[in-house]
Amino acid sequence: MDLDLDPATLGFQAEVRSWLAAHVPSELPSLDTADGFEAHRAWERTLFDERLSVVSWPAEYGGRDASLLQWLVFEEEYYAAGAPARVSQNGIFLLAPTLFAHGTPEQCARLLPAMASAEEVWAQAWSEPEAGSDLAAIRASAAKTDGGWLLSGQKTWSSRAAFADRGFGLFRTSGERHRGLTYFMFSLRAPGVTVRPIAQLDGEPGFAEIFLDDVFVPDEDVIGAVDNGWQVAMSTASNERGLSLRSPGRFLATAGRLVRLWQALPDPALRDRVVDAWIGAQAYRLYTFGTVARLAEGGSLGAESSVNKLFWSELDIAMHETALELLGGEGEADGPWLDGYVFSLAGPIYAGTNEIQRNVVAERILGLPR
Amino acid sequence: MKFALSPEQAQFADTLDALLAKSDVARAWAAGDHEPGLAVWRHLADLGVTSVAQDGEPVDLVVAMEAVGFHALPGPAIETLAVLPGHTDGALLATVAIPPHVPYAVDAHVAERVFVLRNGVLFTGTPGQRISSVDPCRALFEVTPATEVGPLDGAFDRGVLACSAQLLGAGRALLARSVDYVKQRTQFGKPIGSFQAVKHQLASVHVGLELARPVVYGAALNAVPVSAAKIAAGDAAYRAARTALQVHGAIGYTVENDLSLWLSKVRALHTAWGTGSVHRARVMATLTRPAGPH
Ligand SMILES: Cc1cc2nc3c(=O)[nH]c(=O)nc-3n(C[C@H](O)[C@H](O)[C@H](O)COP(=O)(O)OP(=O)(O)OC[C@H]3O[C@@H](n4cnc5c(N)ncnc54)[C@H](O)[C@@H]3O)c2cc1C
Repeated sequence: MDLDLDPATLGFQAEVRSWLAAHVPSELPSLDTADGFEAHRAWERTLFDERLSVVSWPAEYGGRDASLLQWLVFEEEYYAAGAPARVSQNGIFLLAPTLFAHGTPEQCARLLPAMASAEEVWAQAWSEPEAGSDLAAIRASAAKTDGGWLLSGQKTWSSRAAFADRGFGLFRTSGERHRGLTYFMFSLRAPGVTVRPIAQLDGEPGFAEIFLDDVFVPDEDVIGAVDNGWQVAMSTASNERGLSLRSPGRFLATAGRLVRLWQALPDPALRDRVVDAWIGAQAYRLYTFGTVARLAEGGSLGAESSVNKLFWSELDIAMHETALELLGGEGEADGPWLDGYVFSLAGPIYAGTNEIQRNVVAERILGLPR
Repeated sequence: MKFALSPEQAQFADTLDALLAKSDVARAWAAGDHEPGLAVWRHLADLGVTSVAQDGEPVDLVVAMEAVGFHALPGPAIETLAVLPGHTDGALLATVAIPPHVPYAVDAHVAERVFVLRNGVLFTGTPGQRISSVDPCRALFEVTPATEVGPLDGAFDRGVLACSAQLLGAGRALLARSVDYVKQRTQFGKPIGSFQAVKHQLASVHVGLELARPVVYGAALNAVPVSAAKIAAGDAAYRAARTALQVHGAIGYTVENDLSLWLSKVRALHTAWGTGSVHRARVMATLTRPAGPH
């Protein structure tokens, strides 16, 4: 048992660290504004040109074939450097793993490079007004037509959709519940698509409703087999809850900032909460290294990703609550801690609510009866 | 990097598990009949477990102490395995007090060697008055220093690491017993484990233990302070204990039920070897230590 980085990973870490130190922009406007979105897109392009936007992908799509461990190291460096939020995260972390697992070589070659460079930013269109936790209740449908499909219905809570280029989601092609769903990719600019931005708790349009009215999608934009979308989608779900969407790097960086905030404002009554936040971030980091070892032995992520999701979402809120307490009367004033706090509040809701994750842990890991 | 037990370490864990699963010695120990427990300890000594801190890596110590915790093995395990290796002079068990955080020597009536550690200096100790613990398997003794033995470095930290591992093992046992129980206990015509209020509590316990475990092993590899391990494992195990009692209902609130062996152990170890408050202060001190050449 060891936690030592091999020489190649250490070299990679040093390269990433010095490149980020020289290139990370000072604060960009919020990515949930039109200007901010484009500024973040441009930053992704800068990363891509250095082949740092998707380090774990194959070189042919713009990556570096980095190992999972190296990707984690990249993430630690990225957040430690205070680099911007990833506007392309839903594409690179949720759709791309699905394409790698279920996409055709043609789809990968056509879609992945533009995703990696943020020339095309993707939005996840899974939820519907009547299908939230109960995703299998999806009603939006697809009807067969010459050379493709016509999508109709309503999606909602789609992050980044206000400014993004393309969406991916499940549509009913036959049957009921989990059976008869098909995984589609579609343009948010296609005729028949209406995007209505929704202001989030912070007032910015971080997600949107998507109305589809006979939107044509060619056959080549179906992922996996028709009527097999549920199985395809579930392979993305463990990525979303598990490592890729929320790697330890961001929480380590937040914990580090929280310790510095406490040093500047050393309230003894809050010391224990600061320490617990720091330990929580270390725990998540070490736990993840354990997951890396398990995956290297041929294990899979599966239901364990629910453990991750429960932990990071609650840790994130606890850290930000503690920071606001430390700030005292300044806690309600606009600032990065408040922004982070408001964002953290959504963690127990998106990517499958924490109640659903506890059901998964209890039933699939502990084996409790349904 | 490979943050997982090596095949040898995994096998060591399995061997200990198999051996300790057969031993059912805690109740006799609590009642003052130490012989069955000492037989287990002799077996462990033959396997080299009691000298694991000398012969192996800190990770091996953690593996051993996790098994001790999981099976609620009585006896001064932290003291013998982690704190005093090299000072047992061939004795099977040894014990020590390290004031202020370890004010009493556990099981000084059974251990053949009794010590006191004061300001990093080890003394042989003379046991005094016996004080009973919330854990009937832990007899506490006041000790007065007798003869100076010499300096002993890192003793408290090794004890804290071992205590963390023991708590982790005890917490895992509490969860395992609770999961078994809620699957077979029926109310309202269903296993109580099908109720969401029960499921969610046990899921939270599982998350706590899963995330505490890497902190304990990480501390063995010096990735985090041992104080972080004590906090993480202590809190996760304590939550496991509270939840275990709740999901067992009244049967859990009895001495007859074996759950009490782990409930009382976790309560005792949660404040033994430094409380959460003590260890949080230590962690903050390392985090805010001015960066410098040393
Ligand atoms: C910031 C943010 C970003 C999002 N981004 C996206 C996105 O990009 N794409 C997308 O498709 N969706 C997105 N979502 C939507 C998210 O996936 C859903 O909100 C989530 O699945 C929950 O669905 P719901 O909101 O309809 O709540 P509901 O399912 O109505 O749940 C409401 C409450 O009831 C509880 N509940 C429901 N069922 C059960 C049960 N069986 N047992 C116990 N409790 C239960 C829930 O846990 C929750 O507390 C986003 C949400 C947020 C907040």
